[in-house]
Amino acid sequence: MTYIPISPKERDAMLETIGVKSLDDLFDVIPAKHRFPKLDLPAALTEMEALDELSGLANANENVRTDLVSFLGAGMYNHYIPSAVDHMLRRGEFYTAYTPYQPEISQGTLQAIFEYQSLMSVLTGMDVSNASHYDGATAAAEAVNLAFAQFRGKRKKVVVSPTLHPQYRAVVRTYMQGIGVEVTGDDPNADLESSPNDLINLVDDNTCLVIVQYPDFFGRVYDYTKLIDEVHAKGALVCVVANPTALAMFKTPGSMGADIVVGDGQPLGIPMWYGGPSVGFFTTRKNMVHKMAGRLVGETVDNKGQRAYVLTLTAREQHIKRERATSNICTNQGLIALGTAVYLSLLGKKGLQQVANLCYQKAHYAAQELSKIDGMGLCFTEPFFHEFALCVNRPVDEVNAHLLEHGIIGGYDLGQDYPSLKDHMLIAVTEMNTKEEIDTLVEVLSEVSHD
Amino acid sequence: MIDAPEKTTTDVKIVEPTIFDLSSPGRTGVTMPASDVPETALPPEALLRSELPLPELAEVDVVRHYMHLSSFNYSVDSGYYPLGSCTMKYNPKINEDTCRLPGFLFTHPLQPVETVQGNLALMYQLQEWLKEISGFAGITLQPAAGAHGEFTGVLIMRAYHKSRGDDKRTKMLIPDAAHGTNPASVGMMGMSVVTIPSDERGNVDLKALEAACDDTVVGMMLTNPNTLGLFDEHIEKVIELVHGCGGLMYGDGANLNALLGIVRPGDVGFDVMHFNLHKTFAVPHGGGGPGSGPVGVAAHLVDFLPEPLVGIIEEGEDELPPLYGFVKPEKSIGRMKAFHGHFGGGHVRAFTYIAMHGPDGLKDISQYAVLNANYLQVRLRDTYKVPYDRICMHEFVAEGRFEGSDVRALDISKRLMDYNFHPPTNYFPLIVHEALMIEPTETENKDTLDAFVDVMIKIAEEAKTQPDLLHNAPSTTKFGRMDEVKAARELVLCCWLPEGYDLEA
Amino acid sequence: MNAPANLKYTKSDEWFDPETGKAGLSDYAQGQLSDIVFVEILVDEGDEIEAGKAIASVESVKASAEIYSPAGGKVVAVNKDLADKPESINTDPYGEAWMIQLEGGSAGDVMDAAAYEKYCEERDH
Ligand SMILES: Cc1ncc(COP(=O)(O)O)c(C=O)c1O
Repeated sequence: MTYIPISPKERDAMLETIGVKSLDDLFDVIPAKHRFPKLDLPAALTEMEALDELSGLANANENVRTDLVSFLGAGMYNHYIPSAVDHMLRRGEFYTAYTPYQPEISQGTLQAIFEYQSLMSVLTGMDVSNASHYDGATAAAEAVNLAFAQFRGKRKKVVVSPTLHPQYRAVVRTYMQGIGVEVTGDDPNADLESSPNDLINLVDDNTCLVIVQYPDFFGRVYDYTKLIDEVHAKGALVCVVANPTALAMFKTPGSMGADIVVGDGQPLGIPMWYGGPSVGFFTTRKNMVHKMAGRLVGETVDNKGQRAYVLTLTAREQHIKRERATSNICTNQGLIALGTAVYLSLLGKKGLQQVANLCYQKAHYAAQELSKIDGMGLCFTEPFFHEFALCVNRPVDEVNAHLLEHGIIGGYDLGQDYPSLKDHMLIAVTEMNTKEEIDTLVEVLSEVSHD
Repeated sequence: MIDAPEKTTTDVKIVEPTIFDLSSPGRTGVTMPASDVPETALPPEALLRSELPLPELAEVDVVRHYMHLSSFNYSVDSGYYPLGSCTMKYNPKINEDTCRLPGFLFTHPLQPVETVQGNLALMYQLQEWLKEISGFAGITLQPAAGAHGEFTGVLIMRAYHKSRGDDKRTKMLIPDAAHGTNPASVGMMGMSVVTIPSDERGNVDLKALEAACDDTVVGMMLTNPNTLGLFDEHIEKVIELVHGCGGLMYGDGANLNALLGIVRPGDVGFDVMHFNLHKTFAVPHGGGGPGSGPVGVAAHLVDFLPEPLVGIIEEGEDELPPLYGFVKPEKSIGRMKAFHGHFGGGHVRAFTYIAMHGPDGLKDISQYAVLNANYLQVRLRDTYKVPYDRICMHEFVAEGRFEGSDVRALDISKRLMDYNFHPPTNYFPLIVHEALMIEPTETENKDTLDAFVDVMIKIAEEAKTQPDLLHNAPSTTKFGRMDEVKAARELVLCCWLPEGYDLEA
Repeated sequence: MNAPANLKYTKSDEWFDPETGKAGLSDYAQGQLSDIVFVEILVDEGDEIEAGKAIASVESVKASAEIYSPAGGKVVAVNKDLADKPESINTDPYGEAWMIQLEGGSAGDVMDAAAYEKYCEERDH
């Protein structure tokens, strides 16, 4: 009983106050035949032993800081995290608090989330941000729920670009099973070179939302302004799934006219942590705020005339609106949202621009060098940010196995999701990759091409 | 495009400026290394953004800002937090270290499985442990929180009925005391909710349940112990009725802290249940997340679990450990989120916690959680009416109102802050007037509980003699009551930007 | 509370003006909900609806409610200005804050003002 601060004597006194003889007597209501099962679990470890066991497990991994060099992205990115971020996240005042339901004693969390909302609005060029979703994929799925609700359920189709992250597409499909929204456009056999503007052909007066990714899954950067205009002309809305680091460099989805901008905040100072927790950011226009899911922090004053913050428009949410709420979300990613706010505050305007520029420069250097290799080449010609599709002309798993022998994690195998991209890998380069690492990648891949 | 609100002229006092207020152009917090590769021209200007109005601060300014903010928070580390339904137990510090081991922090979710056997072994083991603790046959670790687990569970229930050609089931039975996420999860499925009342002992009303059970019922979502903190006295009958009409039984595992080593929901007949690792297994709440909401299912539902699950893809031999990897259930409902769930923040901490407790330690958790709640209930019941007064589980609900007084649960809650306690949950469950839902958890000692009782009794006295003390509370905290109407009407949802930024950029 | 004598009322707190065909939320109900910050009309002009159909959804600072049609008939007008002035439900529930107007409508299960006032008083206890 490691964390229970009650002595046997105190326990007995408490039992006496309650009027029962033993702890077991408190459970008479449990069906007797199922009461007090013997759990077949390993015996308790002490803290010292637990740390040892967990270190053993952690060390059984090969990590991308000290063991391996990584060129893997595809939705999670290896960025530098300034030390101060985690120092703030380790403050018990932040991480051991609950959702700020009692504003008088939760102003720390509330103001931090308000700042997070502001930072995300600035980054995406949108009016309002909520206090977060679970991740980028669920945020995209919730964007459909928002659009569906905005049209009061009268438009029942969502058009999903085939170049949206395959796992995001899968999550959108899972979420839509229940309400019966038809998902179209997400065909992995579609022509991947066709302009995103062609998606307009799938939009009709039953369409509530079009979802595109920016940069798209292959790293390509498109200006979606024309598409968005045309979708609007047909009465539907557009959600842009954006990479937040790219938003330091490229024009904002807000300025293109997007109605909803979502994405995963992991690149903003959050460790990859084998996939989570990260944070799904969700921003939209002011006129949709009443249908937006999740917590929302607003500015107000307290009875002492001080500027302060509260959870606002709470009647939208599940605890009040119950089955009529747009979403069931309750616990979200508060602490991770705080982490991204600290990261953005630390890097600020210059720092984030530097990170974006380093990603861009290094990825382009890598792309140039890699495309010089015999039999290899870039798959697309559009401008890209820090990820690109490389044709390696042989099975990607073989290539990656070879790279791994040299301590390198190669790119994501695009053939898994796109039949036409068999033998293509998606390579991501961030500020963490040195020129030397890129040169080694090129060298090892040249060897492969000569095998 | 940022819709900057008009600055008002009323002189509000600023306690802590925002990060934007603190910005001064030219300051930097972090400098990145110079580029070491030959330069590539930027893409066409038309694709670029012209202005990036992020704040500019030095590291020390940022750290002090967030330190100031942190001091405005009440937290478990600073005091007693009896917030019902939320299980605000102490979060062991070792978990903060284990989840930050570099091997966990810096692994990419799409790395070859051969390079992440430690992660996969941990997830596999956690799946096995959660099965053993709950009595279920299969576990997915993917859901991100309780509500996400509920949605997963309801999708599984729907898929199960559909797979049997049973298409007409569209109704979910939900008790009136249920948490809002239960009906909201059903709303996200386009199903309808049938509300089942509670009887006078706080159980599911069996007559009403029986009347609602027919062949259009998907199932029932039941929190047990329920949100009154009471274990249903007819749980087996309830499940029999639901199963009898072909429905499935969903367990909201938010209250599992009462049941570890006490009873396994799977044994009693529940078909699906979500765990809240951020309640029962001490994953910190983080001021609103992240949580982690694994779902357990009985044998007939394992084929419907979300993909992927962690499985053994090559058996081990003698000294050789097995090879862990991902497997896809045959009739999977699909993916619930990108990647594999809240591994670092959720699974590693919960794993550490379970490993350090073992079977006896887990049982202790629940026994002491229930002891503490009953102790408080007995000591408070003469002062605060407990409408469903019997041995409770890990929490109980009292009424925050008094005969002939206009003091409300909210006033009592705010007054508790003056005594440096976090208030209980207010106004939930909806079936109790002026509800005060009190969950002490097992990590509070008797002195704290006694001090809380003394204060609660004192507040009841104040309610009679000096009600304004309560109406105006809190008065000793840094911030007072908030103008919530102003917040909702004026709807200022982001900071003023510093002067000189081009808002249309 | 205020319940004009020329109107009819439902148990779920909607009012109906048999003369004009307009319908909205009662003064009693707006007081219970307190400060209303959002309203959405759920029917369109031209819809044929029955009494009891959800016609609007409102949210206050603390609560939310569905508004059901007190009468059946054809919706000939919806109050499009209401969305921008949800607070008018608090300040002028029987005037500015009408929600829909019905034609050829027949009232559903409604009571007169006196009965409604009595009904509200009972609920306050
Ligand atoms: C009874 C109950 N069910 C479900 C939930 C939802 O869990 P989560 O907040 O993790 O989504 C909660 C948490 O607040 C709860 O108390």
